Amino acid sequence: MNHAIETLKLNRTFKIKKAKDKPAPSFITALEEVNLTINKGELFGLLGPNGAGKTTLIKILCTLLLPTSGTALVDGVDVVKNPALVRRRINMVSGGEHSGYGILNVRENLWMFSQFYGVPKKIAYERIDTLLKLFGLDEFAKTRIGKLSTGMRQKMNVIRGFVSDPEILFFDEPTLGLDVQIAREVRKYIANWVKNNSQKTVLLTTHYMAEADELCDRIAIIDHGKVIACDSPSNLKKLLRKETIVHIEINLTDENFEHFSQLPGVKKFALEHKHNIGRTELKFILENDSAISQVTQALSSNGSKIISLSKTDPSLEDVFVALVGRSLESEN
Amino acid sequence: MNQNFSTHTKTLKLASWLGWKMESNWADWWIFAVYSVVRPLASSMILVVMYWVIAKSGNAQASGSYNLTFMYLGNAFFMFVGNVLYGVAWTIHEDREHYQMLKYIFISPAKMYFYLFGRGTAKLFITVFAVIATIAFGMLVLKIPIDLSAVNYPMLVLVTGIGLLGIAALGVILAAVSMVTAHHSFYLTEGVAGLFFLVSGAIFPIEVLPGWLQKISLINPLTYWIELARRYITGEKMCQVLSSISNLELFFILTLSTLILVYLSVIIYRFFEHLAVQRGLIDRLTNF
Repeated sequence: MNHAIETLKLNRTFKIKKAKDKPAPSFITALEEVNLTINKGELFGLLGPNGAGKTTLIKILCTLLLPTSGTALVDGVDVVKNPALVRRRINMVSGGEHSGYGILNVRENLWMFSQFYGVPKKIAYERIDTLLKLFGLDEFAKTRIGKLSTGMRQKMNVIRGFVSDPEILFFDEPTLGLDVQIAREVRKYIANWVKNNSQKTVLLTTHYMAEADELCDRIAIIDHGKVIACDSPSNLKKLLRKETIVHIEINLTDENFEHFSQLPGVKKFALEHKHNIGRTELKFILENDSAISQVTQALSSNGSKIISLSKTDPSLEDVFVALVGRSLESEN
Repeated sequence: MNQNFSTHTKTLKLASWLGWKMESNWADWWIFAVYSVVRPLASSMILVVMYWVIAKSGNAQASGSYNLTFMYLGNAFFMFVGNVLYGVAWTIHEDREHYQMLKYIFISPAKMYFYLFGRGTAKLFITVFAVIATIAFGMLVLKIPIDLSAVNYPMLVLVTGIGLLGIAALGVILAAVSMVTAHHSFYLTEGVAGLFFLVSGAIFPIEVLPGWLQKISLINPLTYWIELARRYITGEKMCQVLSSISNLELFFILTLSTLILVYLSVIIYRFFEHLAVQRGLIDRLTNF
C-alpha cells in the first residue's frame, strides 16, 4: 500500500551568507533525519514552535524546495525525481499572508485555479458555488479580492485548496491571523472533508495546540528540525498519565526561575510571560501531587504572588513541555 | 503527450487571460484604450522631435524622409521588445512579491514556462494596437511614406510572429534570472531592453556603431526582425549593413536564431528554476 506521505532520513540545511568577521559561511539545519509515514485518509498534524521546520517540510513535500538529502514520497512519487506528477496530486494553503490577484473577483480567482488543475469546467463551477456557499462567501463571489477583508481572503484561499479536489492537501498554519469564528469554520470543513473522503489526506502545520488536538488523527511534534514524538493526541497525552500537571499564574515578573527545575519532584518546567494581562504562567510536570507544596513554598520564598493554581489533565502543550523542556507558546 | 499538450495550451490561455485582466481591469475601458494608444504615441513623438531638431541643425545624415521612416518604423516595432520583455520578466517579481501567488502557480500542474509566455501575451496584444496606431499616426500626420497597397502583409505577420516568439523567449530568460534575484528584475529588464535598443538597428543604424557593437548587432535576432519588418512594409532595404542579404536569407537567419533563442530559454529557465527551488526562493518575500 502506498502511503500518502513518506519521508526517509530527510535533511535540509540552509547556507547563511558569510559575515565579514567570520571565516566561512555557516549553515542552519532546518530538518534533520526526518522519518515520517502518513497514511491515506489521515488528518496529520505537525506541531512545533516557529522555526521548528514545519514549513520547510511542507515546502519540500509541495515541490517548492529541494531537500539536502534523504527521500520524500508523496502518494508514492518522489518529489525530487518527479515533481510534475506530485503536483497533479496536491494542493496547498498557507495562512497569515495577504495573497491573491486583487484585480480578479473571488469566483474568477477560484475558476482560474480549478482550470490550472484541469478540473472540467462544469464540475469546477458547481464545486466553486458549493464551496462559496459553505464558507459563506457566495455573496462576495463577484467582489474583487482586493476589496475583501483578511479573513474573507483567507477563506477564499482555503476554498482554492479544495477546488482542485486534491489527493493530499497541505495546510500551513491555515487559521493564522483569523478570528475565532472563521477559524472554527475552516477547521470544521477540513475535518469533514477528510472524514467524508476516506482516501484524502491532510497534512496540517500549526502551533495552536487546541487546533492540533481537535483536528488531527495523529500528530508529530517537531522541534529544531527533528521529530521528537509522533502519535495520536490521546496517546501523546498518555505519556503524562502518571505525572501531575500544575499550572500556576503569578504576577508578571522578570525573576529567574531556572532553579525551579532542580526542585525535588519537578520533572519539567516552563514559563510563559503574558504581558497583555500582566501575569506569568508557570507550567510544571511533577512526579506526583506531593511536589506541589515544594513548588508553592519555593514561589513564596521567591517573593512571587500566586494568583491561581490549577491541577489539570495533560494537554498537548504539557506534552510539548515534557518533551522539549520549554513552553511552545513562549517560543512563538 | 496529449495531456501535456492540453495542460500547456490551457496554461497559456489562462495566463493570457490573467495578464489581460491585470492590464485592462485597472480603469474604465475608454481610459485604458486612450492610455494604450496615447502613451506609445507620446514616446514616438519625443524621437520625432529629436529628429527634427537634428535635421534642422543641418545634419545631412539625419535629413530626408528615408531616415525618418527608418527611425519611426524601428521605434514602432521596438515597442514590442520593451513591452513583451517587461510583461514576461516582471511576472516573477509581481506574482512572488505583490500577489504572493507564485508558489501556488508553481505547485499546480501548470507549466511555469508557458505561464510566463502567457502573461506576456496580454502586453503583446495591447502593443499590437499601439504599433498600428503609431504607424497610422506617422502616415497621416507625419507623412511617413508608406504605400499600404505595397505592404507584404502575410510575410509581415509571419515575421512579426517569429520576432515576438524570440522576444518572449528572451523575456523568459530574464524571468528565470529574476527567480534568483531580489528586486533587480526591473533594472535587468530595463537594461537589456536598453541594450537591444542600441544594437538592434531600431533607431541607430548599425553602420554608425563601433565595430564590436556591430558584431553584437549581427548576432542579435532582433536586428534581422526589425529590418525584415521594415522591408515588408516599405519594400526597401533600409539597413546598409544588411543590404547584401536577400529577404529570404534574412528570414532564414531570423527563424534559425529565434529557434536557438527559444531552445536556450528552455535550458536557462530549467537551470534557474532548479536553482530557485534548491535555494527555496520561489516564495521568498523581500518586500521590495
